[in-house]
Formats: sequence, structure tokens, C-alpha cells
Amino acid sequence: MPMTTTGRATEPRSLAAKLSNETLCTWLRDMLLIREFEVRSMQAYQNKKIGGFLHVYIGQEAVAVGTIAAATARDPVITAYRDHAHALARGTEARYCMAEMMGRLGGCAKGKGGSMHMFDRRRNMFGGHGIVGAQCPLGIGLAFATKYEDEVIDGGASRRITLCYFGDGALNQGSLHESMNLAGVLNLPIIFICENNGYSMGTATARGTTMAEDLTAKAVGYGFESASIDGMDVMAVYDGFMPIAEQCRETSRPAFVEIRTYRFKGHSMSDPRKYRTKDEEQRYQAMDPIERFTKYMAAERGVTEDEHEAMTRSVRKEIREAIRWAEKSPHPELGELYRDVYTDIWGPYRGTSGPEMHDKS
Amino acid sequence: MAQMNMVRALNKALDETMAADERVCVIGEDVGVDGGVFRVTKGLLDTYGENRVFDTPLAECGIVGTAVGMAIYGLRPVVEIQFSGFMMQAFDQIEQNMARFRRRSRGRFPVSMVLRTPYGGGIRAVEHHSESREAYWAHTPGLKVVIPSGPRNAYSLLHASINDPDPVIFYEPKAVYRAFREEVPDVPDPIEIGTAQVVREGADITLVAYGAMMRPTLEAVEDLTEMHGVDPEVIDLLSISPMDTDTLVTSVSKTGRCVIVHEGPRTCGIAAEIIARLNENAFEHLLAPIKRVTGYDIHFPFFQVEKHFLPDADIIVDAVKETLAYE
Repeated sequence: MPMTTTGRATEPRSLAAKLSNETLCTWLRDMLLIREFEVRSMQAYQNKKIGGFLHVYIGQEAVAVGTIAAATARDPVITAYRDHAHALARGTEARYCMAEMMGRLGGCAKGKGGSMHMFDRRRNMFGGHGIVGAQCPLGIGLAFATKYEDEVIDGGASRRITLCYFGDGALNQGSLHESMNLAGVLNLPIIFICENNGYSMGTATARGTTMAEDLTAKAVGYGFESASIDGMDVMAVYDGFMPIAEQCRETSRPAFVEIRTYRFKGHSMSDPRKYRTKDEEQRYQAMDPIERFTKYMAAERGVTEDEHEAMTRSVRKEIREAIRWAEKSPHPELGELYRDVYTDIWGPYRGTSGPEMHDKS
Repeated sequence: MAQMNMVRALNKALDETMAADERVCVIGEDVGVDGGVFRVTKGLLDTYGENRVFDTPLAECGIVGTAVGMAIYGLRPVVEIQFSGFMMQAFDQIEQNMARFRRRSRGRFPVSMVLRTPYGGGIRAVEHHSESREAYWAHTPGLKVVIPSGPRNAYSLLHASINDPDPVIFYEPKAVYRAFREEVPDVPDPIEIGTAQVVREGADITLVAYGAMMRPTLEAVEDLTEMHGVDPEVIDLLSISPMDTDTLVTSVSKTGRCVIVHEGPRTCGIAAEIIARLNENAFEHLLAPIKRVTGYDIHFPFFQVEKHFLPDADIIVDAVKETLAYE
């Protein structure tokens, strides 16, 4: 029988506090980079340079940065459509992400995926996904594959874990529950990371999900180790997540974490946010994870205002250059649209709708 | 009579059917407090309360299954699936239960329900927010598939769909939602599901379209009549399934030529079915091969090339000219 304990990240394990200034500065920079990327993306969207839908991560930065800091570069990451941060935290260059948002050939999916589809095979970033919960079964496949490779092909021990992110809304999709059960039955090294930002689009978590006051309850029936973590504090995220990650790596058993966070902006750019109050938004904005961490770094790690300013400037420059680079990258040609429907071994697939697309430009 | 856009017209139909029949309930993601992402269900929660208008979790399979259960008991649920691309999560319930329960129970458990969903491109969205996969549902016996093209027929057809004894997939062209206003009557027009509408009579060629594609088609008609001296007949299909074969056959028997327009992929699309029926029923009247103007056989592309993917008036005009030139 699997052991079931419900961990709580309330006791200060202070794992993050033991890390070097250098490491913590990279976290701060990553969070600033994500924030800047999102702010500029919103502007680009308003200027119609970005199409499709845009779901920004502002307010949730500590979650992606704190969890990915606890993983290795060889651990697969898969998430939903609020995915820019995960790619950036994973090290995907901002210009490839920005080009993707703008539908340019230089983007990480050749400009054919857009905001919800950040892929980076080299960094084991298996993408954002547009359908709520639909990435979770893929996470099971990834965890199976790494374990299979480590144990069967390489003949060693399973050493990798899969980070499978989803929002609180996905908790109610069948695909997640099927995945959790499979992960348990197959003994797979995967962590189900519920980024609970309080709202499934416009529906408060408690209105759409049972046991909303303690989402780790979802793990009990599957026999998983679980934890509930404060997602507004990157150090708390790391402290809460790292032991779970280590245990998952050691035992090759699935685990579940709820990370409580808040998206400062709407579900997407077209969300008037009528389902929550200004008061509530302001209460959370006062807990801004970047401000909080900035204060810690100044008070406890001696990061001066000048150093912080230099970091902010370098982040702004990086994003400015990313935008400039993306805008120079061409849109995919029409012929490109037929590519990648199948393997291009027979040339581009045309079905019966070829031979050539009409260019209306 | 009042001028309104399609969103308002659909809202009016929902409001009226709910007022008239307490078995009608509206369920879906954010249909209550938010009034739906496109605001089609706006205000219904306030009027009818949360027992009849309820926000569901994000669980399409569960939502559709719940509605089927309500329907076989005798309620008349109207489900909103936020984008038609999200129906794939509910494919099993649609195909296995919604479509089959009447037959499986030998008519004892009819499924009188409507699944409303916005479909199609034109709003600079992405793959699972833009596709046009009506052919899936038309392929499934037991489902009716209805696609309005403007506020007026949307209003009347939603009334008819909610009052229909069978399950209806009601595809709403999201590109049309707020595109234009139209006079909408105080009581629904008596449009029967399964009946196409001849929106313009003509002698030279038959143009068939539906949903969002009616707009570029009518734009093409303007061009054809004014610039090219062509006199086209135009059919708005309205119901994809059952399909009004008679109206199609009568028209094409008269004109001898036909161009069909839809935005879904071409292979095994609705145009292919129409061509088969015309081949079976109007073969001896055909003067030219029937042409298809459709979306391409790819997944719906990203925003920057959307306009190249979607049929437009110019392509339709070209197709008509080619068909007319055939001897």
C-alpha cells in the first residue's frame, strides 16, 4: 500500500534560505523577466501584433520559478495555456517565445501555435495546451517514457520526474482524474501541480470544485503524497516543492501539490472580471510575489537598489530586443501551412484542398 | 420587430423559451454570473435563478452527459459549450448517448436537448477556438445539426431547436455574433428544421452556403450581378442535418450549375455530401462539374493567415466564373 501523508509547507524548512545569492538572484531575474514579457505581450496584443488568445501569468510568477528551480533540466515539463512563464523559466529564449506569440516563423512552434503553445524539445518543455486538462494524460506518457528510458533502455534507476501543471479548473475534468489513477497504477514519477489561482475562468474554485478549501483532498483517493503551498512567495514554493520533488525522484511515485496563487489580470485579455471584487484584487496585489522577494533580497541578501535597477534594466532590454527580433522574423509562408500535418516524407500534405493556397495579401 | 445582433437574438429566444416552459434549463461554463463568454446567456440567471441557469465546472463530458440525463427524464436542457473545439472532450457523450438514446430505448427515452456552441473562424483566434467541424455531427445519425446565418434565422431556429423532440447541435457562427443587426420579429418565423431557404432566386447558377459563409457568398453575389451580369440563385442551408435535398435538387435542376461554400476542411466535408446528393438526384441536369470553395485540409491556422484560409467573395466569384465558363 502506498503511504499517504498530507504534507503542509507551513513549517519553515528554509531550504531556499540556504541557497546562494547567485541562485536567488537568477530567480528574481526570472520573475522580473516573466513580468516584463507579460506586460509587453499585453501591449503587443492591444496593438494587434499578437493574435489568438492571450492568458498572462502576472501574479503567478513565483509558482513557475519556484517549482522549476527544484527540477533538473532533464525533467519534462508540461502545462496548460498560461504557459509563457514555464518556457521562460525553463530557459527558452524570450525572442523565440515572443516570435511565437506574434505568429512568426522564428517562434518556438514556427509561428503556427501562438501564445498557448510554447514548445522547446531541447529544454524538455512539452508545451502549453489549449484544452483544459488535456495535457495531463500526456504528462503520464512523459513520466512513463523517462522511467522506461532510465530503467529499461539504460538499465539503471529511474532518476527523472515529470512536472505536470494545470489550473484549478482542470481538477474537474475527467482527463485529470484518469491521469492521476494511471500514474498511481503504473507507479510513475510525476508531480501533479495544481496552480490554484482561485478562478476557473469566471467561476470561483469553490463554486466548481468539491473540497476547494483543501485541494490536497484530491490526492487522498489516489494514495499520493501531497502538499499545499503558498504560491505568492517563491521561497515558500521552493521549500514546499523541493521535498516532494526529491521524494518523487527517490520513490518513483506520483505526488500532488496545490499551489495557492492569484492571477492579477483576467482569464484572458477579453475578461471584464465581473466575478471578483476590486477589493480582493487589491488585497492580492499587495502580496505581489516579486515585491516580496525583492524586499527579502534587499534586507537579507544585501542586493542594493542599484543592483536591482541594473537587473530591471537588463530584463527590459532583453524583452525589447526580443520584440525587435520577433518583428523582423517573417510570417510563415502559405505553403508552410500544409507542412507538419503529417511527416513531410511525401512532401506537404494537401488532402483534396490543394494545390495552392490563395494568397490574398 | 426590433433591430438586433445575433447575440441579442439568441438571448431573446432563450429568454422566451424559458419563460414559456419551465423544463428549459441553461447549463454550461460561465453561463450564469458571466452570462457566457460571448454574453449570449446574459441576464438569464437574474431572471430564472440558479436552479435553471447554472455555471458548471470545466467538464464538457460531464456537462453533456448531465444534459442527456436531464433530457431522458423529461427536461429540456440547453447546453452551452464555450467553443465548438471543446466539444471534443464530450465526443463520447454526444455520439454514444445524446445521438443514440432514443433509438437505444426504442423511442421511450427521447433526448430533447440543444447543444449550443460558437464555431468557425474570423476572430483571429487559434485552432481549438476557430474550427468548423459540423461534418462530424452530420455524420452521426440521431443528431440534428442547425447553423443560422443571421440574427433573424438564429432567433427562429433556436426556438425551433429547443422545442424539437430530438437532440440538436446548434452551431453559432461567432464571426457573425456582432457583425450586423437585423429586424427580428416578436414571434419566431415558422422555419422548420431540415428546411433550406432560397434567399435569392436566379437562373444561371446555384450558390449554396450556410452560417458565417453566407456573408462572403452574398458579397460575391453582389459582385456577380453588378459586375459580371450573372443571375445566381442562393440557398442558405440552415440545417446541415437533416439536409433539404429537395430544395437543392430543384434549384440545381433549374440552373444546371452549382458552387458550394463552407469553411470546414474539404475532404469529407458538407460540400462532398451535397455533391453526392445532386449527383444522385440531378445528374441529367448538370451542365458543369460542381465546385467546392472550402477551408483547406489542415488544422485551423493561426491568426496571421486566417484570411487566407477562409473562403472570401473573390474566391467565390472566381469559382462561379469557372463553373459558368465550362462547356
